Parts: sequence; C-alpha cells; structure tokens
Amino acid sequence: MSLLKSAKICVICVICVPFSLYAQSDTTKVHEINEVIITTTQRNEVIPAQRLSGEELQRLSSLSIADAIRYFSGIQIKDFGGIGGLKTVDIRSMGTNHVGVFYDGIQLGNAQNGQIDLGKFSLDNMEEIALYNGQRTEIFQPATDFASAGAIYLQTRRPTFEGDKKSNVRALFRTGSFGLVNPSILWEQQNETRPISTTFNAEYLYATGKYKFRYRRVFPDGTVAWDTTAIRQNGDIQAFRLESGLFGTASKIIWNAKVYFYNSERGIPGAIVNNVWKNAQRQWDRNFFTQTSLTAPIHRRYELLARFKYANNYLRYLNPDTTLMHIDNHFTQQEIFACFANKVKVYKSWELSLATDFQWNTLQASMRNFAQPERYTTLVALATAFNIWRIKTQASVVGTFIHDKVKAPISSNSNHQEFTPALFISCKPVRKEEFHIRAFYKRGFRMPTFNDLYYTDIGNTALQPERATQYNLGLQYTKPFKKGILENLTLKTDVYYNEITDKIIAVPKGSGQFRWMMMNIGFVKIRGIDAMAQFNWKFPHDIRLQTHLNYTYQKAQDFSDPTDHDPVFGTWGGQIPYIPWHSGSFVLKFSYKTYELNYCFIYVGERYHSSSNIRANYEQPWYTHDLSLGKTFCFKKWNFKISAEINNIFNQQYEVVLNYPMPGTNFRVILKFEI
Amino acid sequence: MIVKFFKHTDDTDLHRLIKSAFICFICVICVLSCRKEIEIPFPEEEPITNPEFTSIQGFYLLNEGNMGNNKSTLDYFDYEKGTYTRNIYADANPSVPKELGDVGNDLAIYGSKLYAVINRSNKIEVMDAQTAKRIGQIEIPNGRYIKFHSGFAYVTSYAGPVQSNPNHQQIGYVAKIDTASLQIVDQCLVGFQPDGLAIANGKIYVANSGGYLSPNYENTVSVIEVASFKETKRITVAANLNRVCADKHGNIWVNTRGDYYQTSSKLYCMDSKTDQLIDSVNIVASNFYLDDDKLYVIGVKWSNVTMSNEINYGVVDVVSKQIISNKFITDGSDAEIRMPYGITVNPLTKDIYVTDARNYVTPGALYCFDKEGKRKWDVRTGDIPGHFAFIGKF
Repeated sequence: MSLLKSAKICVICVICVPFSLYAQSDTTKVHEINEVIITTTQRNEVIPAQRLSGEELQRLSSLSIADAIRYFSGIQIKDFGGIGGLKTVDIRSMGTNHVGVFYDGIQLGNAQNGQIDLGKFSLDNMEEIALYNGQRTEIFQPATDFASAGAIYLQTRRPTFEGDKKSNVRALFRTGSFGLVNPSILWEQQNETRPISTTFNAEYLYATGKYKFRYRRVFPDGTVAWDTTAIRQNGDIQAFRLESGLFGTASKIIWNAKVYFYNSERGIPGAIVNNVWKNAQRQWDRNFFTQTSLTAPIHRRYELLARFKYANNYLRYLNPDTTLMHIDNHFTQQEIFACFANKVKVYKSWELSLATDFQWNTLQASMRNFAQPERYTTLVALATAFNIWRIKTQASVVGTFIHDKVKAPISSNSNHQEFTPALFISCKPVRKEEFHIRAFYKRGFRMPTFNDLYYTDIGNTALQPERATQYNLGLQYTKPFKKGILENLTLKTDVYYNEITDKIIAVPKGSGQFRWMMMNIGFVKIRGIDAMAQFNWKFPHDIRLQTHLNYTYQKAQDFSDPTDHDPVFGTWGGQIPYIPWHSGSFVLKFSYKTYELNYCFIYVGERYHSSSNIRANYEQPWYTHDLSLGKTFCFKKWNFKISAEINNIFNQQYEVVLNYPMPGTNFRVILKFEI
Repeated sequence: MIVKFFKHTDDTDLHRLIKSAFICFICVICVLSCRKEIEIPFPEEEPITNPEFTSIQGFYLLNEGNMGNNKSTLDYFDYEKGTYTRNIYADANPSVPKELGDVGNDLAIYGSKLYAVINRSNKIEVMDAQTAKRIGQIEIPNGRYIKFHSGFAYVTSYAGPVQSNPNHQQIGYVAKIDTASLQIVDQCLVGFQPDGLAIANGKIYVANSGGYLSPNYENTVSVIEVASFKETKRITVAANLNRVCADKHGNIWVNTRGDYYQTSSKLYCMDSKTDQLIDSVNIVASNFYLDDDKLYVIGVKWSNVTMSNEINYGVVDVVSKQIISNKFITDGSDAEIRMPYGITVNPLTKDIYVTDARNYVTPGALYCFDKEGKRKWDVRTGDIPGHFAFIGKF
C-alpha cells in the first residue's frame, strides 16, 4: 500500500513537471513524459518498415534494443560483448554515423562521435522498434527525419486502458547469468476528469558482467595447440533509468511531454590480448532529456506539428591502468531541438509538407586545448506525397545549413550547406493482391562529428560531409488465407546499391606512432539483397506458430585506395571490415494456450576485420541458438508471467569484434506482474 | 512434449507433417551447430630473391600490429634461401596462448637469444635466435626499447611510479635484466616516457619524450652510469625526444619528433665525453639507422598546406655532421612507399631495408634497395612492420 501511496505522489510530481521544468531547467529530479497518440490506425508509409512490436518484442530473448535489432535484415551490430559493452548498429554497411536513432519521435544526438550505443536503451517500456531504409516515408514529420540514410525508431509504450480501467501497473524482475539483477516498474494512470494520462517507469540494472570465455586453437591435424578458459573481468554495470510521460488531448490537439534520465557506471572490459586478460577502464554516463510534442489539425486541410527537446549528456572516461597513459576525461554535450512542421492536403490524394528544424549542439571537455565547439543546424524539408491509381509516391528535399563555432586554439567559424533529395515510389499492380513493388533513390550525408573536426591533434577542420547515395528496388507480397492451417504469409525482398563517397577515415600523419588525421578519402560501393519470409500458422487446439526468416547478402567493397591493388593483400575492392557476405536469422514462435516457446537463430557469416581480405584478417562465422519458454497465469485481476531463457545453447565461443569474446551459454529468468 | 501432444490429435496427416518438420528442424540445428575449429596461424613462405651467402644468415622483422588487435607478428628473411616467411611465431611456439602479443615495439638479438619488446602485452618475449622458440618472458609494463651491455639488457618503460599530482604524471624507468637468468636485477628512474637508449663510454643515454605530457613535452636525455646504475646527469636537448644511437667516434645521436605544430622534427648530436650537446642537423628524422659512419634517416612530416605527408630519405655523415644525401632511394621507387617506418642496413652488403606501414591498418611492405639505392625486391609483411634484427656474424 505504501508503494501505491508513493506512486501517487510520483504521479502528482510528474504532472507538475512539464510546467516547472521550463522555469528551472537545472532540476536534477527526473521524470518523464510520453508521446503522442499519433495516428494509430493506418500508416501512410510508401515503403513499410521492418518492425518488432508489443508482445513480439517481449518474446525475443533480448535485454536491450541492440539484442532485438539483430532480427532485422540489412543491418550489422557491432557488439563488444556483455551487458555493458558498446553496441552500435550499421544499416546496409553505410556506417553507424549514417543511422538516425529516434526516441519517441525525436532524434537522439551525439554530436561528439555520432554513435548511439543501443545497449543503453532498455526494452522494458518499448512498444515498437522500427527500421527504415532510406527514411520514414511519411511526410508529416520533422526535417531531421528526412535527413539520415537509415533510421531506427524506438517508440515507448503509450498508455491505453482496457474497459473502464483507470490505471495499469506492471512490475518486472529479471535475473540470471552475469549476476544480473534488473527490476523495473511501470505505472500508467488515466486522469479521472480530463483526457490526460500519465506514465512513470523506473528501471535498475546491475550486473557483474562476469562470464567464462574460452580461446582454443588447433593444429591442422585437429590436435589441440592451446586451450584457455578465463573469466571476463571489468564488465560490470550499474544503471538507473527513470522515464515519465504526460499524454493528453484538448479539442483535437494531441500532445505529450516526457522526461528521461539515465545514470550508469560501467567497466570497459577491453580487448583480450597476450598477457593481458583483464582491463581497468571505467565509464560513467549521465543522460537527461526532456521533450514535448504536439499535433493540431487546425483545418481539415491543414495540420501542424511542433516538437521541442533539451538534452544534456555527461560522459566520463577513466583509465586508471598504470601500464597505459592515465586518462580522466569529462565530456558534456548539450542539445536544443525545436521543430515546426506543416501539412497541407491540397487534394484528396496530394499532400504537401514543410518542416523546419532548429538544432543547437555543444561539447565541453576537460582536455587541454579543446575546441569547445558549438553547432547551429537549421534543416528545412519540403515534401510531397502523391497517390494516383495504385501508385504511391513521395518526394522530399532537405536543405541543411550548418554553422560551427570553435573557441580554441583560435576562435573560428565555418559554414556548410547541403541539399539532399529523395524519391520513393510504391505500386500495387494487382488490385486484389497485396503485392507491392517499391523503389527509392536517396542522397544523404553525415556531418563530420565534433571528434572528426576538432579532437585535439587528429581533428581536421577542413573536413567535408560524408555522402551516401542509395538506390533500392523491392517487392513485397502478403497473403491472408481463410482456410487451412496457414493463416497468412509475407514475403519481402529488396536489392540495393549504395555508394559512400568522401568517407571520413583516419590517415597516418607525420612522424611518431598512432598519429592520425581525419580525411575525406574513403569510397565504398555496397551491393546487397535483403530477404524476409514470415508465415503465421494456426493449428487446432489453440496452437499458433509463427516462423520468420531473414537473410542478408552484402558485398561492401572498399575502393578508397587505387594504389593498393595487390591481388592478395590489397584493400582495393576488398570487403570492408566486419561486414559479412551472408547473414540471417530464423525465429520460431510457438504458443499453446498460456504457454509460449520461442526459438531464435542468428547467423553471421565469414568476415574480415580489415579491407585487406587475407587469412590473417579472417573472422570465423558465428551463430547462436536461443530458446525461451513462458507461461502466463491469471489470478483475479492480476496477470503473472514467468519466462525462462537460455541463450547461446550450444555454448559457441565467438567474437563479433576481434579480441572481444562474447558470452557462451547464459540464462535469464523473468517474472512479470501486471494489474 | 510437442510431439507427444500431436499423438492425440485426430488429424494424422497434420501430425505426421508436424512431427517430420520438427525432426528436420532439430537435425538442421544440430548440423548448423558444429563449427570448424580455428587453426593456429601458419607461416607463409614466399621466394623473393636469389640466395646470398655471407656470414649473415637472415633477419627477423617485427610487425607492431595495432593496439588491441593482438597482431604483433614475427617475419623472417632467409638470405641463404632468398625466401621471406611471414608470421613464424605461432609455428615455432604453437602452445603459447594468443601468440606473440599486442604492439611489438623493439627487437634485438644478443648472444643466442632474440628479444622482442611487446608493449601492450607488458612483456619481453625471449626466444632462441636460431629457431624463434620461446625461452621465457620478462614482465615489463609498457616497455619501449632495448639495448645490451656486458651480459645485461637495458629496457625503457613508461610505467614507473605515478606522482601524487592531479595529472597523475608517471615517471619512466630503465630496467636492468640479467640475460642469463632473465630476471630484472635493478631499476633506475629517469624522465617522463623514456624511449630510445644507447650505451657508450660506460654510460646509458636515455631519451625522455614526455609523450603523455603533450604539449609540455620532456626535453632531456638522462645519463645513467652503467657501473652504479644511477642517473648522474640530464642533458637538455629539445622537446619530444625519440631514438638514440652511439657512433664509434663518441657521439650520441638523438632525434626529436617535434611538437607536430610549430617545431619540426630534428637531429641532435651530443658528446659522450663531456655529456654536452654539440651539434644539430636540420633534417626531419622520424627514424634512423647508423651503419658505419652513415646515418640513414627517414623523415615524415605532415604538411597542413598540402594536407599530406612530406617524406625525405637522407644520409648524414657522422664525422662531418653534414647531410651528404637527400635521397638514398635513387630509382624513384620511393613514390610507392606511403609511410616509411622502419629502416636498417645490412652491415656486410650495405643493402638498405625500408618498411612501409601504409595506413597502419592493412599489411605493410618491406623494400630492399642495394647500396646505390636501387630497388632489389619488395614483399608484403604483417601490420606496421617496424623493427629488424640480423642473425649471423658481422
């Protein structure tokens, strides 16, 4: 009961927060508010996304967003291992800096290095994860949504109340291998009188991060050369997350506000090399943001969207290891984002939109001679959607205007501007069949990050943006069946060609070891195929089965250095680092009454950790099998669910990144309670 | 459980279908789950040139490898076979976990032993000079360079005591190692981040770089008396000192890396009798090798104007202390070398060997030039080839 009481107090706080926040933005208390109930019925997308949502998401053996995203096609996750290890995503081999990650509709920024660690985002309150190639093909959105070459949308849970329920409470507890302790609580409350609801979500995560790993090498005849087992050290993590949201409607205006706070300390387990089997580096993160969103259908032909965000991210990196250079760096990034978008329905099947975003980023660091950059970005996107016959088209052009200011070593200014067009077409040639042919062309770019430009010594202020051009052609077929055990099937395939020009890469500089200069000299050509098949089966006795198959082929060739064309050692034409030619996943979901059984298989084929595709740079394929079993109980109005997961069943010892061993077989038990 | 369940259904076709699908599925999983074992790296031998018979049998080349990659490897060139063999360590020592290690920083032969300073593996790997078979390892954290004198090895290390100041400045030291027992017998503290060292006139000269203190680099050479193994003097030279060598005329040569901004890399000369700085040569010197009275210098300097590296291959005469050549590669093949890194000269044939670290992340190359500076051959190496050790009598 005292829990309920304190929760009520929290809710009251949460309601007051959005109003008090602007008055005192230095508040350290965190609360947050959720998202709009945007047009939930029909998606107006020209090319649909790959999605994982709701129950489906919960059933995958995943702890973080990064674990769940592995089931999409066309992506590669760079995973340094363990619960706290860095996990970044790369869409269609274009590089992680080209991926936009959107949290409840607003992009998560990292002006410092452009990378978003998806391992930091919990699945706990996630309603949907969507992956878009190109961009989300909806025209009524902020200009930033048109700007990245690929996008991942993380949508947290929006409160919905069944029947006359006024509140939802969910408590979750996960425990298992790696010393994992992970409780969380979610509370959703509908206001008695007004159409306002609030959510409150808190999560704590602790793990020792210890796991056994084994390295083993054999002679060509198969006898063991050496075989070593050790415990992964310094992979511990302690993280606390609080999110709170307010959702409301007022005479057709739909609005929401949210506050997010994340605080963590973790060990960086580091590379395992000869004679060094543990590391000591530490990292602290403190991320805070608050954001609001509002959509207003002013007129039947005119709609308006406004969004605002303030983010403050603090990072501390410490190297206390006396066998290496002592480093204790503190970084603080701030961001202000404001967006104003308009949509006009010119005609029944023709819509126009104009979105203007303003963004301010700054980075402070404790390093000597640090540039303390500031970046002002203005984006203007003009987009149109036009549907005729059974053809849907969308065209957009984004103008990006960037102004950078630097304080050290000498104060200076620079400007950049870019115009990037995109065209998406989808056609349904047969009226009665859900068969779609789609194609897109998109040009995009990514700005050099603050590190690329201004990092003491290696930064190069003359850097130009790195450009990505994408061509895609695809088919999709969905068929529901009224009779038989097969309920429906979906088949999807895309072929694509991407070019990354002016790719920003590090070039050795001058005398002395490990001195680099960032330069626009990379050139990569990517040819790929994504394929997906999903079948939903319904058997007698309430048995359901879903099978889902994903396959990705990628030939991502490095054409950066024409002089390095040695047929064996040369990098010219070589597959770029860590991109497998073949990868895929297979998911099987079986349910019978209140039982459910899930099986997941992930395969990543052979790769090289350098564009020089020689034996010394070869990385073996890896594949893991995960199994989970769940059972739901109902007791009065209470719902319980218990599930058990066993991951990497065959205890495969593998590495995603060279010298970063991944965990073998591991277990997890999840208890869920809902009222 | 699933299979058992279907036994109770009436639909036998369905039952059979599901059952066979299930069995197939299990079989597929089992097949998919066996993976090839990883073999130890095997050496790659390549015929390169005509056999050559002198009292030098061959040389080892140490590839540094990038930090965290654990890809420091050992290559061997055999004069008597004219072959180059990459990655011989794992073959000679198949039972050593994780092979040679991470970031090789120096290589030398003394007596019958081959010593490799492996910086990030915090050790010196001691091998048999003939077979490259491991004899032992000496724990030296953050080790840099090695030199020998009457039965002892002297190794510089960055990882001395941490000072109790807010910057956690860390003094470096020189370790004295008994080459018979492979035990560290003594340590002598020097300046910040000591790199190269040379021994002459009963004294050890250690270049203190202060590389971790950028931009406030160290600018002194520590002088240690061999007999007492105590630091007796500091000679102020210039910022960011790097490598040291002693010529037979009693001069100590040391280069600076410069500060990468205003101050350029340069070569300095000290007198080991007076322990005074006596001269300097205005040449960009990233690395050098002394053969007889000729100091072969390679210099790489970043130009912010052309946004590229400017490279020079010079020869300094240690007697006249003058640059006697600006181009020891004479046939234009230096155009192929992207990032000259390591250099050595065969003391008998005077062939010049220059390594190309290229972009540091792909396999490098080794170029052999005759004494006229004409290319004889080249070969691909491991990542960041940098350090040589000749085996034989010379």
